[in-house]
Amino acid sequence: MRVAVVQFPGSNADWDALHAVRDVVGAEAWYAFHKDTSLGSPDAVVVPGGFSYGDYLRAGAIARFSPIVDAIREFAASGGPVLGICNGFQILTEMGLLPGALTRNAHLRFECRDIFVRVENGGTFTNTSQGQVLRLPIAHADGRYQCSGDTLTALEKNDQIAFRYCTRNGDAPNGSPANPNGAVDDIAGVYNEGKNVLGMMPHPERASEAILGNDDGLNLFESLRRHLEQR
Amino acid sequence: MTTPENFPGEQDASLELAREFGLAEREWQHVLETLGRAPSYAELGVVSVMWSEHCSYKSSRVHLSRLPTEGPQVVQGPGENAGAVDIGDGFCAVFKMESHNHPSYIEPYQGAATGVGGILRDVFTMGARPVASLNSLRFGRPDHPKTPHLLKGVVAGIGGYGNCIGVPTVGGEVQFDASYDGNILVNAFTVGIAKTEELFFGVAEGIGNPILYVGAKTGRDGIHGATMASAEFGEETESKLPTVQVGDPFMEKLLLEACLEIFATDCLSGVQDMGAAGLTSSSVEMAARAGNGIELDLDAIPRRTRALSPYEMLLSESQERMLMVAKKGREQEVFDICAKWDLDASIVGRVTDTGRFVCKATPNYDPFEDDPGSPNPVVVVDLPVDLLTDEAPKYDRPQKTRPDAPTEDAPDEPPPADLRGEMIRMIGSPNIGSRSWIWRQYDHIVQDGTVIRPGDGDAGVVRVFCEDEGETKEKFLAVSADCNGRHVELDPYAGAAMAVAECTRNVVCVGAKPLGLTDCLNFGNPEVPQQMWRFSQAIDGLAAACNALGAPVVSGNVSFYNETDGNSILPTPTVAVVGQLQAPEHRLGLGFRNSGDVIAHLGVPSRGVLGGSEWLVQQSGRVTGASPGIDLDAEAALQHAMLELAQKQLVQSAHDVSDGGIAMCLAESCIAHGLGAVVSLPASTDAPAHSLLFSEEPSRIVVSLRSADVDEALAICKRLGVPFETLGTVTGHDLEIEGICSVPVGDLADAHATALDAIVGESH
Repeated sequence: MRVAVVQFPGSNADWDALHAVRDVVGAEAWYAFHKDTSLGSPDAVVVPGGFSYGDYLRAGAIARFSPIVDAIREFAASGGPVLGICNGFQILTEMGLLPGALTRNAHLRFECRDIFVRVENGGTFTNTSQGQVLRLPIAHADGRYQCSGDTLTALEKNDQIAFRYCTRNGDAPNGSPANPNGAVDDIAGVYNEGKNVLGMMPHPERASEAILGNDDGLNLFESLRRHLEQR
Repeated sequence: MTTPENFPGEQDASLELAREFGLAEREWQHVLETLGRAPSYAELGVVSVMWSEHCSYKSSRVHLSRLPTEGPQVVQGPGENAGAVDIGDGFCAVFKMESHNHPSYIEPYQGAATGVGGILRDVFTMGARPVASLNSLRFGRPDHPKTPHLLKGVVAGIGGYGNCIGVPTVGGEVQFDASYDGNILVNAFTVGIAKTEELFFGVAEGIGNPILYVGAKTGRDGIHGATMASAEFGEETESKLPTVQVGDPFMEKLLLEACLEIFATDCLSGVQDMGAAGLTSSSVEMAARAGNGIELDLDAIPRRTRALSPYEMLLSESQERMLMVAKKGREQEVFDICAKWDLDASIVGRVTDTGRFVCKATPNYDPFEDDPGSPNPVVVVDLPVDLLTDEAPKYDRPQKTRPDAPTEDAPDEPPPADLRGEMIRMIGSPNIGSRSWIWRQYDHIVQDGTVIRPGDGDAGVVRVFCEDEGETKEKFLAVSADCNGRHVELDPYAGAAMAVAECTRNVVCVGAKPLGLTDCLNFGNPEVPQQMWRFSQAIDGLAAACNALGAPVVSGNVSFYNETDGNSILPTPTVAVVGQLQAPEHRLGLGFRNSGDVIAHLGVPSRGVLGGSEWLVQQSGRVTGASPGIDLDAEAALQHAMLELAQKQLVQSAHDVSDGGIAMCLAESCIAHGLGAVVSLPASTDAPAHSLLFSEEPSRIVVSLRSADVDEALAICKRLGVPFETLGTVTGHDLEIEGICSVPVGDLADAHATALDAIVGESH
C-alpha cells in the first residue's frame, strides 16, 4: 500500500498520519508538499489535520487554492481513496469534494478528548467496521458539521453518512457531551457519493496503537487495505 | 568616530527621559561616564531595555549563581536560549520555562498566546523540534470579578497558539489565590528534542558574516514590553495595551519548519529569536556571547507599518522573528528555504570585530513612500556591547527577614463536624477539582506520542521519535510543573525546596528518572528588602533540593515586580522537571486500576501539620500556620524507592500527596477509574482526623499494587529506609476511611468534575 500525506503550510497532524500509515500499518508513505503538482502515484491520499494557512478566513478555505489540490481532485475523480481528517475534512468540503461545511463548535471552544462514533455505512474506509462503536479522539474548534435539509436527505438516502457521534453504548447522543460540537444529525464523518472520499472530524491516526491506549482507528486503515487488495 | 544622531523629532536624552525609560539616576550617570557623552534617543532606549530587570537580571544575578547547574547529563546549562539534557543515543531534551505575567493580565488571550510562542521559539532556536508544552497558571480568588475573564482568555490563548502550531500541551497546574487578584501568573514551558551534536547557539561568530532577519515584519507592537515587565502595576496599567504583542501561530509554524530545515543545511553560524527587547537584545546577546560586534542597517529591516524610527525598530517586540548569522556565501540557501515556506528574509547587517553595537539609519527614510529616495544612513547607535551585557548593573539588594514568620500551627480553626461533606466540598473546590475544562481546550495528543494524558498521572508522558540516519528510536519523556506559593510564603527556603520535591516526585510517580529542571521565579518588588529576602531564601531552598534530588537547573527566568498597588503575589518559584522513562511499560497512572489491589503509603506519615494547606486557607481566608518543612534526605530516599518500584513494575498506580492532603490523593485515585477503596490512615500521632486528612506535608506517595507484589515492594522500601505501610484495599464503589468517613466515589467524581463551573459556567 502506497500512501501520500499532503502537507499544507500549517498542517500539524501530518506526522501523526505518516507515522500511523507507515510505521504502524506498514504502508509505504510520503509527504506531498502543497506546492507540488503531483502526489507521486499513491494508492491512497490522506489530507491530515492541522491549521492550514492558520485557519485564516475560514478553516480549509485557502488550502483549496494550493497547486496540489488539482492532483487530489483528479485522484478522487478516478476513484482513488482520499481520507480527510479534521482540517483535512474541512479542506475537502471547501474543495467541494464533500458536501456540507464545518463551523465553530456550538460551545465555541476548542475541544480535545475521546468521543464515540457509530459506523453507519460501509465504504472504502469503513467496510470492516460497519455497525461498530469506535472510541476516537477529537481535537478541533470548527467541527460542527452543517448542511442543508436537502443535502442531509441525500446523504441519508445514498448511505453517505459514515459516522455519527454516539454514547459509549452506541446510543444516540441526545446532545452534548456525546455530540461534542453540535453537528447536525450527530454527523462526525461523511463520504462522497462514490464512497472513496471520506471526511471525518475524529482522528483515527491518533488511535491506532496499543501504546496510545486505543487502536480503534486501525479499523479504517485495515478497511482501506482490503479495499485496495480487492480492487 | 561619529556621534550618534537623534532622528528628526526625537528628544535629547536627559535624566528625566532616562527615568521615564525606567533607568535609575545612578544608572544614567554610569551611561554618561562610560560614553563620555549623552546617548542618542535610540541609544537611551537600547540601554534602558538591556538594563531592565527582565533582560539584565540585575537584582537576581548575584543569587542565581548559587543554583547547581552541572551534572553528567547536562548538555547545556543556563545562559543560552534554553537548557539541554542528554536522553541517550546522541539526542538531548531542550527545555525552558518563561513568564508572561504582565501582558496576560492586560490582554489575557494575546498575553498568554505570545508567552507560548516565545517559549516555543526559545526551544526551536536551539535546533530542537518542540514535543510537549506545559503551563503553570495563577489567578486571583475564584469569586474575584476579573477571574472568569482572565481564566477564559489565558486558556483560550494558550490553546489558540499551541494547538495551531501542533505541539501538545500535556499538563500543567493552576491555583487560585487572593494574592494574584491584581497580578496573575502565566508561566509557559516547552521541551523539544535535538541531536546533541547539532544544537544551535545564539552566537554572532565569523567576522563579516551576514546577519539575516527572517519571519514576520516589524511593527510598533510591544515596544518597551521588557521595561513593562520590570515595573509594578498601578492604576494606569490598563492603558498599556500597546505594549502587548499580538501572536500569529501560523507564522510561527512556518518559522519552525523553515528554521529546522535551514539548521539541517549547516549554513548558519548562529541564531537567536527576537523575544523581549526584540532586535536589540537578540543582536547584542549574540555579539556578547561571541565576543564580537554587530552592525545593523536599519533601513533594511522588513516592516509592516509606516515611518518607523530607529528607536521603534530596535525596541519593537513584534512576534515570530528570528535573527540568523549565516556563513559568508551561503545566504542563498537561507533565502531558498524561506521562499519554500513563504517567509521573508533580508540581510540586515554583519558581524564586526569592534565589540560595538552599531546601528545606521537614514533620517525620514520610509520604504512605503512612493519615492523613498536613496538611503543615506547616519549612525544612530554606537555602544560598547560590554556596557549592555557584562557591565549592566548588578545589585546585591538589601534583605530583611520577615518579622512575623509563624512558627506555631494555626490551632484556632474548628474541626469540621461532617467529614463526609467536607470531602465532597474539598474535592469540588477550584484549587482541587478537575482541570478538564482547561486541558480539553489544549490539543494534548497531536504528534501521536502522548502516553499519559493530562489528569491521568502525576506528570505528562510523551513518546518522542529520535530519527538518525533513517533509523527511528522511540524515547519517553515525563514532564511536570509545580509550585505552591503558600508554602513558600510560610517559609521561602522550605517552600521552594518543596516545589522542586513535588515536581521531581511527580516525574518519579509516572516511572521516570528526573534529568533536569527549569525555573520561573515569580516574585514581588526586589527593591523591598523583605521581598529580596524571600527571593534569596528561595534560591537556597531550590539549590538544596536540586542537589538532593538530582535535578540540576539548566535554564530559567526571573519575573520580579509582580505586585499591584504595593500588594505582592505569593512568592512563586515555579519549577518544571524533565525526566525519562527507561521503558514505556514503567509508566504509571494515578488511578486505582484493579479491584482487590493493596493500597500502600510510602514515606513518613503525616503529623497533622495544616500550615499553608488548602483546607486551612479555605477555613481561615488567609495563608497561615507553620510550614510543614521538608526533609530532603527522606524525600530523596522516597523517590529512589518509587522509581525502583516503577521500573520493576511492582505497582499499579502511584499518586503523590500534595494539595488537599491524603484525603484528596485517595479521592483522586478512586475517581480516575470509578473504583472504591477501604483504607485506614497511616499510623501517626493523635492529631485530629481532619488535620491528618488535609495536611500537605511533603514526601508521601500512595500506591496500589497486586497483593503478590507487596513483599518485594516492602523489601525495596526497607532496603532504602523508606516507611511502607499498607492502608487497605481497592474495592467497591465508596471511599471508606475507617473510623472517619465513607463517601460514594460517584459523589466525589461529580463534585470533582464540576469544580470550575462556578468560574467558567457549565463545563459541557
